[in-house]
Amino acid sequence: MKLASQTWFRALTIALLLYTVLAGMLFDVPRLPILNESIRALYFHVPMWFGMVIILLLSVIHSIRYLSGFDIKNDVLATQYANVGILYGVLGLLTGMLWANYTWGTPWHGDPKQTTAAIAVLIYLAYSVLRGSIEDGDRKARIAAVYNIFAFAAMIPLLFILPRLTSSMHPGSGGNPGFNAYDLDSKMRMVFYPSVIAFTALGIWIASLYTRLQFARNSFEENNQQ
Amino acid sequence: MSNLLLSFTRFAQDQIEMADVLRSSGKIYVVVAILVLVLGGVILYLFRLEKKISKLEKEVSDETTGAEYNE
Repeated sequence: MKLASQTWFRALTIALLLYTVLAGMLFDVPRLPILNESIRALYFHVPMWFGMVIILLLSVIHSIRYLSGFDIKNDVLATQYANVGILYGVLGLLTGMLWANYTWGTPWHGDPKQTTAAIAVLIYLAYSVLRGSIEDGDRKARIAAVYNIFAFAAMIPLLFILPRLTSSMHPGSGGNPGFNAYDLDSKMRMVFYPSVIAFTALGIWIASLYTRLQFARNSFEENNQQ
Repeated sequence: MSNLLLSFTRFAQDQIEMADVLRSSGKIYVVVAILVLVLGGVILYLFRLEKKISKLEKEVSDETTGAEYNE
């Protein structure tokens, strides 16, 4: 968590975000039918999902650490990472629907990856609901941590295995791994990977601020109880 | 022959409509400037939020030391 308050970390995040916007709009992209100029949405839509998975991985790591020592700090970190992960997931769904409307013809046509991604986001929304529905602090933290592990374990096949077993409009689905459709263009990777790092780092930054806020709130409550 | 093929693919690619006019007129920079402004606003918001949190942290820790003094 100290990482996100380092000056270099913030400078790198801002620089990469700026680069993503500038290069994402101005660099050359392949001229492809149907996609046309909207291919640039890849620089902003896909990093939401990559960022979500990385941030939810950080969340589940802290949940496991909470269960192996019951340090409430790990519970707070896991919660705030999960919240940012949910935010990215919702943004990923919305940007995907917008993009799908103009390239696939309709915002929602039951594409396997779209559906499984929506299920994954709902599973994490249930994590939030579960937390909110338990009063007792320790019980809340324990049950939420255990649920978080199951949620992460459910998300991986939903996003990375199930859509590949069937045909999907998403590139790389339907047997072909990864980014075959964009393999030809290394220029796009030059923007895409920095964008993934930029949005992931931004998520870590936001989560770190909310973690500090929650720490302050916790110690405020402790003070008042005394 | 390969040259002919290449020119064919080039021709096919040129047929695909991209925002070429937007770029040649330079108006794409208007879009970029707007995006940079929005991004700057979000970053500024994060820094202001942190300032407030730091202030809150200080208040809470002052309160804690105050409570210890009382004991």
